[in-house]
Amino acid sequence: MTLDYESLRVIWWLLLGVLLTGFAVMDGFDLGTGILLPFVGRNDAERRVVINTVGPVWEGNQVWLILGAGAIFAAWPLIYAVAFSGFYLAMFLVLCSLILRPVGFKYRSKMPGKTWRSSWDWLLFVGGFVPALIFGVAMGNALEGAPFRFDETMRMSYDGNLFGLLSPYALVCGLVSVAMLTLHGGAYLALKTEGIVAARASRLGAFAGIALIVLFATAGAWTAYGIEGYRIVGTLAHDAASNPLAKTVSRATGAWLDNYSTMPLTLAAPALGFIGAMLGVFGLGSAKPIIGFIGSTTAVVGVVATAGVSMFPFILPSFLDLSSSLTVWDASSSKTTLVIMLVAALIFVPIILAYTAYVYNVVWGKVTTKTVEADHMSY
Amino acid sequence: MIDPTLVELSRAQFGITALYHFLFVPLTLGLSVLLGIMESVYVMTGRPIWREMTRYWGVLFGINFVMGVSTGITMEFQFGTNWAYYSHYVGDIFGAPLAIEGLMAFFLEATFVGMFFFGWDRMSKVAHLCATWLLALGTNLSALWILIANGWMQNPVGAVFNAQSMRMEVSSFSDVLFNPVAQSKFVHTVSAGYVTGSMFVMAISAWFLLVGRNREFARRSMTVAASFGLASALSVVVLGDESGYTASQNQRMKIAAIEAMWVTEPAPAGFTLFGFPDLDARETHMKIEIPWLLGLIATRSTTEEVPGIENLVQENKGRIESGMLAYGSLLTLRSHPNDAEAKSLFDTHVGDLGYGMLLRKYTDHVLDATPAQIEKAAWDTVPDVLPLFWSFRLMVALGMFFIGFFAYAFRLSAKRQLDKHRWFLKLALVSLPLPWLSSELGWVVAEYGRQPWTIDGVLPTFMSVSSVPATNVWLSLIGFIVFYSVLAVVELYLMIKYVKLGPEGAYGLPELGRDDRAAALGE
Repeated sequence: MTLDYESLRVIWWLLLGVLLTGFAVMDGFDLGTGILLPFVGRNDAERRVVINTVGPVWEGNQVWLILGAGAIFAAWPLIYAVAFSGFYLAMFLVLCSLILRPVGFKYRSKMPGKTWRSSWDWLLFVGGFVPALIFGVAMGNALEGAPFRFDETMRMSYDGNLFGLLSPYALVCGLVSVAMLTLHGGAYLALKTEGIVAARASRLGAFAGIALIVLFATAGAWTAYGIEGYRIVGTLAHDAASNPLAKTVSRATGAWLDNYSTMPLTLAAPALGFIGAMLGVFGLGSAKPIIGFIGSTTAVVGVVATAGVSMFPFILPSFLDLSSSLTVWDASSSKTTLVIMLVAALIFVPIILAYTAYVYNVVWGKVTTKTVEADHMSY
Repeated sequence: MIDPTLVELSRAQFGITALYHFLFVPLTLGLSVLLGIMESVYVMTGRPIWREMTRYWGVLFGINFVMGVSTGITMEFQFGTNWAYYSHYVGDIFGAPLAIEGLMAFFLEATFVGMFFFGWDRMSKVAHLCATWLLALGTNLSALWILIANGWMQNPVGAVFNAQSMRMEVSSFSDVLFNPVAQSKFVHTVSAGYVTGSMFVMAISAWFLLVGRNREFARRSMTVAASFGLASALSVVVLGDESGYTASQNQRMKIAAIEAMWVTEPAPAGFTLFGFPDLDARETHMKIEIPWLLGLIATRSTTEEVPGIENLVQENKGRIESGMLAYGSLLTLRSHPNDAEAKSLFDTHVGDLGYGMLLRKYTDHVLDATPAQIEKAAWDTVPDVLPLFWSFRLMVALGMFFIGFFAYAFRLSAKRQLDKHRWFLKLALVSLPLPWLSSELGWVVAEYGRQPWTIDGVLPTFMSVSSVPATNVWLSLIGFIVFYSVLAVVELYLMIKYVKLGPEGAYGLPELGRDDRAAALGE
């Protein structure tokens, strides 16, 4: 079986979606748990329960992000170059938060001092909130387009700064992300804990779910009628060497709806976002945490897919120089690299899923004050 | 032109964060395997002391591991944030090993490290042992893929330039995988990690014995570390020699700079043991030389010559002139892809394209470069000789010391006298920082010696940077220094506390209200 370059690019666009969704689902509840930590746990014992729900698994979960970044580097090197350097200071903040979080989980309960522990608790909150917000803001900026252009040697210049990222539209996208991951974290905690901690997590998670529905609808309407989307003008070869400068692009309000009218089936993506959020709120409101968690997971899948589907084939458009925009057809690696990476992914992703499932099976069950006390290795 | 301040700041940031990251990596590499060995003994003999050893060294492992994992994210991100042109130019090749590292190795170690800590009461003995070994395997495979990526920067095989996409693309992935430089660097690096892990166990056990506590625990730990350390120390030096040999085949300038060999000498060349190389005067002051030795190490023959710095600079001047033609015809091809004349000129000189780019440091119009600029660019291909010369010698001296140290430790352990000589225990304790020092020096030799290239002979370092304002890099650099310093203090504080707590006090600490633990911590 041989795959042509065009199909490989679409497959890698889908795989990028799978990896980002994997990150948002798996690491998402860690981030959400961090955001909820100071509010769901009111004393040290409760907070240790919250931290130990993710204690055995956060390290594995975080690899979804590292793998996501690695896969972008390998399969979409131009996206990696432009997004990471363009959003320079935002990425620095994400990085600091992502370093604080593992260290916080590991070190917090290693010393008995009250100040020591409560400082780490708030750092864990920051470590959850900041990446959740910035990933959403970055998505918003991708939808609006970023101010970059390439010269003839493909050196990029970027005409913007940290505050330029914080447009009102991008902030709404950031809040969508925070609400979504708080719902997800709440659902996870409701599932893994009991008593007062589970009750608080359910209540806060349900609030976040309602906020998600409102914010997702707002962002949707804004995307459709407020900001300008992008379109490729004329034809662009789908199997040529990656050279973004070889195409013409136009902007128009409503262009991000094109895919939904040409392929109505894609409406399933935003629909899943809403249905998932509602299911999450219902599950958490009616003390059915499993339904809540299925709902929040569905919402995460739906929201991430909505962003991807709206923009296809664009991945990172530029409003400064429209033809510098990066699309599925001209920002990928070579055919050989896409094949190699596909083979690697087909071999290893099933193995990863298998042992991840094994680990979740080993740590299955509720985390309570008792189980935390009983295990000397607990955080 | 590319802002030189931006280049210097980006290099400083990458260097500092990489050296910092590598404070944690070697211990993770070495201790993970030692944990596997100790737990295997426990499962085979069923004696609880081996379980205690695994758990206690595991607690210290955990404090270190988390720092290695987190600071590793910085390394991956920085290729995109600070080296965007690099990411575009070689991402097609360089990105793949990084992504496969995530798929094959990092997932494995990160998933099973959770089981190592949380699985003791939840899994069978054998299942837990498997988790520990999978953790060690993941850690080591992770090093393999990172060094395949790094090896490609030193010896860029299996790739060709594509004028349409304006970047390097994979032509043979198996050449990238089985790159001899990558293979020897991998074994050299993990062995250095094993030496670090062994020294860590030796030094802390020696401290227990010096203060007269946990004697059984410490003696057994030292026995394991002594034999593992000896094997690893031998492997570091032997494989270090192998990497010297492979480097001499593809990075002749690096070898010439390390040796401060200014002009080609008749074969076999002598090895300069001591001296003060002076790049401006192009000579080495006060040098002490061992005849023949360098020629034998670098070429494994008595007749082959090791080329000197000035000879290589002359050679590179020719490559820069050829690279100018490649660069000029490439620009024509970018605007007129079907120009046959430009195409054939480009194909002839494409191998020297990177050398042509060296001129971009002095002029935006490479084709109009003056002879003086070409001369300057040719001398730019010489890395800074003095720091390389001394880093290398210090690293080798430390490597020799480790062989002697572990050989003596092994002899003592065979005679069951590890706890009998206080001077040896004191030596073990003060030797604790040395493996870290030699690892860092090793990276200085490898990466500083690669300058002025990010990808040897293909892409100059200054060309590789992102187009970000230098002020942003100032901000992140200062941010990293402050943030990393605070983290280092916290890490060392916890590490020392938990060493002092010892095997009897290190678990169960998290419970508030246990007065004995709080008292043990002196709070």
